[in-house]
Amino acid sequence: MAKLHVSTTINGEPTEFLCEPSQSMLDVLRGPLGLTGSKEGCGSGDCGACTITLDGRLVCSCLVLAAEAQDREIRTIEGMAEGDRLHPLQQKFLEMAALQCGICTPGVLMAARTLLEQNPDPTETEARFWLAGNLCRCTGYDKIIRAVLDTAAEMREAAR
Amino acid sequence: MNVQANKWIGQRTIRPDGADKVTGRAAYAADTTMPGMIWGKILRSPHPHACIRSIDTSKAEALPGVKAVMTARDLVDFPIDKSVMLGIQDMRWMCRNVMAREKALFAGHPVAAVAATSEAIASEALKLIEVEYEVLPWVIDVEEAMKPDAPILHDHIQFEGKPSNIAGKLEHKLGDVEAGFAAAEVVVERSFRTKPVHQGYIEPHACLVSVLPDGKTTIWSSSQGQFMVRAMCAHLTGLPQNDIRAIQAEIGGGFGGKTIIYLEPVALVLARKSGRPVKMAMTREEVFRASGPTSGSYSTVRIGATRDGRILAAKGTFYLQAGALPGSPIRGAAGCAFAPYDIPNVHSLGFDVVSNRSKVAAYRAPGAPIGAYAVECVLDELAEALKMDPLQLRLKNAARQGTKAAHGPTYPRIGFEETIQAALEHPHYRAPLGPNQGRGVASGFWFNAGGESSAQVNITEDGNVVVTTGHPDIGGSRASTANITAELLGIDYRKVSVLIGDTSTIGFSNLTGGSRVTYASAMVVTQSTEKVIRTLCERAAKIWKIDPDAVVWEDGEARPAGDNAGQFPPLTLAQIAARASETGGPIGAGVQLNTTGAEGGFATHICDVEVDPELGTVRVLRYTSFQDVGRAIHPSYVEGQMQGGVAQGIGWALSEEYIYDKQGRVDNPSFLDYRMPVCSDLPMLDTVIIEVPNPKHPQGVRGVGEVPLVPPLAAVANAIHDALGHRFYSLPMSPPKVLAVLEPADA
Repeated sequence: MAKLHVSTTINGEPTEFLCEPSQSMLDVLRGPLGLTGSKEGCGSGDCGACTITLDGRLVCSCLVLAAEAQDREIRTIEGMAEGDRLHPLQQKFLEMAALQCGICTPGVLMAARTLLEQNPDPTETEARFWLAGNLCRCTGYDKIIRAVLDTAAEMREAAR
Repeated sequence: MNVQANKWIGQRTIRPDGADKVTGRAAYAADTTMPGMIWGKILRSPHPHACIRSIDTSKAEALPGVKAVMTARDLVDFPIDKSVMLGIQDMRWMCRNVMAREKALFAGHPVAAVAATSEAIASEALKLIEVEYEVLPWVIDVEEAMKPDAPILHDHIQFEGKPSNIAGKLEHKLGDVEAGFAAAEVVVERSFRTKPVHQGYIEPHACLVSVLPDGKTTIWSSSQGQFMVRAMCAHLTGLPQNDIRAIQAEIGGGFGGKTIIYLEPVALVLARKSGRPVKMAMTREEVFRASGPTSGSYSTVRIGATRDGRILAAKGTFYLQAGALPGSPIRGAAGCAFAPYDIPNVHSLGFDVVSNRSKVAAYRAPGAPIGAYAVECVLDELAEALKMDPLQLRLKNAARQGTKAAHGPTYPRIGFEETIQAALEHPHYRAPLGPNQGRGVASGFWFNAGGESSAQVNITEDGNVVVTTGHPDIGGSRASTANITAELLGIDYRKVSVLIGDTSTIGFSNLTGGSRVTYASAMVVTQSTEKVIRTLCERAAKIWKIDPDAVVWEDGEARPAGDNAGQFPPLTLAQIAARASETGGPIGAGVQLNTTGAEGGFATHICDVEVDPELGTVRVLRYTSFQDVGRAIHPSYVEGQMQGGVAQGIGWALSEEYIYDKQGRVDNPSFLDYRMPVCSDLPMLDTVIIEVPNPKHPQGVRGVGEVPLVPPLAAVANAIHDALGHRFYSLPMSPPKVLAVLEPADA
């Protein structure tokens, strides 16, 4: 079967690519587009390491067909920092050592950013359930949750 | 070292590789490509035990797009009855684990591999390989594997003169255990079972290998040791080590599971045969089916004490499931089990039992959680029988300086008592509990490790510092290296860059594992930096035309001392670096050591749980770990190790297990069905760092990473007992087991 031509927007940039009908968004991101920040931990939507947003909605890119990106807005970890300025979550993760090996970190950061966009003042429980789809085997989640809640407080303060 | 005087050691600095990892730019094993790269895939045995009669690869080779096909014949053969040790791994097992030779020994065992121009073609080609199997009876469970009529995996392995699946035995003896039990007034003996569990790293194994026509080979892979990758690949392919450059990708978790190779030699052979770079990556299913989990186990522990709580004798027997090839962590189980205690009479036995499942690999304090689970649960029952507080029982029998341990050493200064005291005094231990809630405690020990490490410290022309070590950074060790270097040089830690060298750019360095990296790399980095400081003083002396011994290094600058004090303005690192060429050339130093003196690590944990009587679920409400780390070079990453180990322990205790179907295949090879703790399963994991400096280390470091996984299994089990009044003797304590107790079928 011929490849499909897809026009989409990735991290604000108009982007075109060719893909097989069966190819996942994750495969296209990591392969032809060279955006390897999204990681493949399972390929079945269980680990969250490939988390991106599609029109603002959190998805596992391994469960999205690449062809579905047509005329949609995709955001990936590569677009999280603005130039040389880290997103407050990225900065806080560094300050509070909320990563060890770092393989889950892109997905966790993408999920946490969407959480704070939708709920600037989450409780610990809300943050824990929101991030329950992002497996981390290194940290026990403690420092991740603390970093997310601290960032939320700082961003609320900055917005006042 | 004076704690008060430290500027960087003990600080929560930002890790040197941090920005790389929060922006998604850090390159892990699967993130790299090469021009002309093709894809490798592995054909795996569907049978848990089968003779391989023949393998016909001709149809696969004929498929357009297929560039190479291989079987075990393409690897160096190590005869099965002759040991060839490489570190702690035996190459006769390793070669058979990488690819089945005489027999397929587990469902998922590699039997052949192909490389093709696309993943789809490679997958298609696998289906065209014809393997003729003679299916054999199989056995998976450790107790079943020891029965007289069990299928035998390896005909040459004998135990007590007969063919057996018991492949090895390890024994520690101290005193006279029978006399000790005879004198004891209270004796508790129980048996315990644990299921095999996986390390659960989020990054599947992956590699990219290029072999040039002259044999020069580059391996890019995720492992806990690039030098291990080089050595094992050299053994299995016959290449000399100097022709292999093994480059460590960033590693997405290992926990011991990446201390051996799976894909690298396969990709190497495929690359050599095809003349193309070959990339391979396991699926999550392959990771679960065929990469090293840790052992399941069956253990019996007997402990005897006087009525006032003095332990007189202890006996432990630990049967560990090795998987298809020998190598269970019996040393950790039998050696660590009683190590926290001063017991005059000990007999501890470990048995290495093979069965038809994937060969175990190291998992964080290998074996020790299995031993501690049994011992610490028995201690809880002993405390109950003696009407003693369980922490007081441990304190009364705690090993201390001078205690002779059954596994060999007489302890130097250790910090075990301090962990118990801190737990006793912590508010957590006195906090009130509600209905269906309970509290448990447990302690644990890990040997820690030294071994070979190399470092190079170079001063740049503009007066900054680049440190290179040979250990993959699995959880923030670059940050510790930066802190130590900055401390010694008296400069801002941001002036220090820390890199991990590959096998061609830094000296031999043993694995990242055993809680050895910060310990050992601190030693070589310290000695290298001290050499650099001596050079800097010599260069200043040359500039000032005074004796080098009359120069001191203070606060990041050379200062004239003694009779010359105050005679010249100090020279900074940058000023000396700028004049390096005229004063003798580039400034840098490297040190390579086989480090010794890593002393044991101890911890005590408190766990609160709540049991839901309707669902049978157990929720951890509060958890506090107390650990003697010697010296926390970077406290955040020390805490992170403690929290991560506890989370894995909670998973082992409550929800993680390998489940096999009736055909002997793993039935839950996904993160959905193999249930590791997720964020909403856990509370905050509190940590109390205790620092009893290791007298044999320049900064006082002990290992950190392994110990946190040792106590949780029993801490959780003891907490559930406190909540329910019922003891469980097998893991995981999952809802069906809990409900079976709460709602017995005959009720």
